[in-house]
Amino acid sequence: MTTNYNPSGSIQMASGNVSGQPLIRFENVFKIYGQGDAEVRALDGVSFEVNSGDFVAVMGASGSGKSTTMNILGCLDVPTRGKYFFRGVDVATLSHDQLALLRRHYLGFVFQGFNLLARTTALENLELPLIYQRLDKGARRRRAMEALETVGLLGRENHTPAELSGGQQQRVAIARAIVTEPSVILADEPTGNLDSARSHEIMQLLTRLNRERGLTVVLVTHEDDIAAYAHRRLEFRDGKIINETSTQDAA
Amino acid sequence: MFATTILMAFKEIRRNVLRSALTVLGIIIGVAAVIIIVTLGAGTTAQVGSEISKMGSNMLTLMPGGNHRMGGAAGSSPPFELSDIEALRRDIPEIAAIAPYAQRMSQIIAGNENRRSNVVGTTSEFIQVRNWALTAGRTFTPAEESAGRAVCIIGATIHEEMFPGQDPLGAMIRVDKISCEIIGILESKGQVMFGGDQDLVVAMPTRTFQRRISGSNRIAQIFISAYSQESMPALKEQVTQLMRERRRVDEDEDSNFNVLDMTEVSEVMENTIGVMTTFLSAIAAVSLLVGGIGIMNIMLVSVTERTREIGIRLAIGATENEVMMQFLVEAALLSAFGGFAGIVLGMTGAALVAPAINVPFVFEPVTALMAFAFSGAVGVAFGFMPARRAARLNPIEALRHE
Repeated sequence: MTTNYNPSGSIQMASGNVSGQPLIRFENVFKIYGQGDAEVRALDGVSFEVNSGDFVAVMGASGSGKSTTMNILGCLDVPTRGKYFFRGVDVATLSHDQLALLRRHYLGFVFQGFNLLARTTALENLELPLIYQRLDKGARRRRAMEALETVGLLGRENHTPAELSGGQQQRVAIARAIVTEPSVILADEPTGNLDSARSHEIMQLLTRLNRERGLTVVLVTHEDDIAAYAHRRLEFRDGKIINETSTQDAA
Repeated sequence: MFATTILMAFKEIRRNVLRSALTVLGIIIGVAAVIIIVTLGAGTTAQVGSEISKMGSNMLTLMPGGNHRMGGAAGSSPPFELSDIEALRRDIPEIAAIAPYAQRMSQIIAGNENRRSNVVGTTSEFIQVRNWALTAGRTFTPAEESAGRAVCIIGATIHEEMFPGQDPLGAMIRVDKISCEIIGILESKGQVMFGGDQDLVVAMPTRTFQRRISGSNRIAQIFISAYSQESMPALKEQVTQLMRERRRVDEDEDSNFNVLDMTEVSEVMENTIGVMTTFLSAIAAVSLLVGGIGIMNIMLVSVTERTREIGIRLAIGATENEVMMQFLVEAALLSAFGGFAGIVLGMTGAALVAPAINVPFVFEPVTALMAFAFSGAVGVAFGFMPARRAARLNPIEALRHE
């Protein structure tokens, strides 16, 4: 292992310095593929902020730029131009390894396709991010069991994904996202593969985590009834935000 | 973290037991082959060493002929005579014992038993020079030697096969055309790798042999023993000098005889065995290379199969180094398993083969350790490329991979 840094220290994100600034800030972000006539602007000057404790839905048709936004938010991709500040830190200044550490300690991912490790039990799936956090076996197990309890899957810890329903798999995935106690959960169409009843269960779980734990949630969806769980909506079209609405009052 | 990485790699290997086993087959075979060759080589070296010491490590052998060509061109060089032995004994006090040696294959008959055996003409000192001993009876007396009496000492094989369960002392044995009395029995020396059964021998006084068996005064070889190993080089020099004078070799001429030092002989043989072992090991090591390529191949397949897993790991915060280390450890562990299995297989094989070819089984932990370390290194070397490929995957594309 050549990770010669103190994870949280080197990226200078002590939880205290968040006060006064938003958790996430996009400043005129562009993502451009190709050049000249073949140029495609996946993001065309996007600016928005997400505060700690927010529940934001990113909406739009496919190709509108919402997936690109999620990838940049998740530090899996970088803007061509413009700035992305996470807890006040310009992400462009971070190294590859520091980005990995940022994901490890501050971000939790939930995917449309669940993306659990196959032939691996729910418990082992939950322990995986904790292994990278260098937690010892006892602490890993305790935290994993807590997270399983939170998503209502106690008793299923030794089931592999193949032995779980779609809704249960997504619960495991959510448990994996929250087990590291991140600042924000990035959920990319988390209900896309689920039926309506299961979808609402998953959204109720995310809502509960947001309300009870103050967990910030950024959700990508193209369904109105799913977006309705969020407090704010950012509507994308052709790489731009065309509409921003707050549904805080409704909630 | 490292322990966890090893544990994860171990689980991954176990998940595909059959594939893992087939993958490391090349390593197993390569390591086993190297172990067998090196172990048998070490056994052979030990065998040669012990045979040389059986013959007497303080021993010099004089043979007619030039330039270390063992037994070659002896005809062109004059043979030795008994007077040579007397001169050597008289002029060189450092000689502990000296014995002539003339030899011939002859028919031996005792009762209904009938053998072809090595018949040797020598003196009583032969037993001392060759580091031999009698289990029963006595050696030739000076009177028997000078008179050329028909007495003989028989080897253990002659005793066992021609006089089973009997005391042959005093019995008569027919050697070629003469009948001679058995006065002693030699202890068993066993098989020699190069020269058959040393115990199939009948020894008689030189004069008896010359007059009644060979009909010639020629002495094929002279054995000389020193008092100690340290005095060997000086003794060798003295013997060479004296024999050159006696045989009237000019100063600028090569000797028309050889003085062979047994330690030299053993060194030459050990070197030869060493070269053979190295050469064969190198051939076997090619299999390790092929095994390494097999590991690389299967690791590349594994990286492709597990693209999505790699994507997940990168997304939840694994660094490139950590992903790379995971695959590297997996390859090294796989290969080390192969190395371990190869060592067990090789040792078992060597232990089974060694008795069959009359070589002692010599366990060499250093060889085993080196083979193990080398196989691990093969895994790291050939796992590097696939591991780096895994670490450099783009997480977004990896997550989308089906």
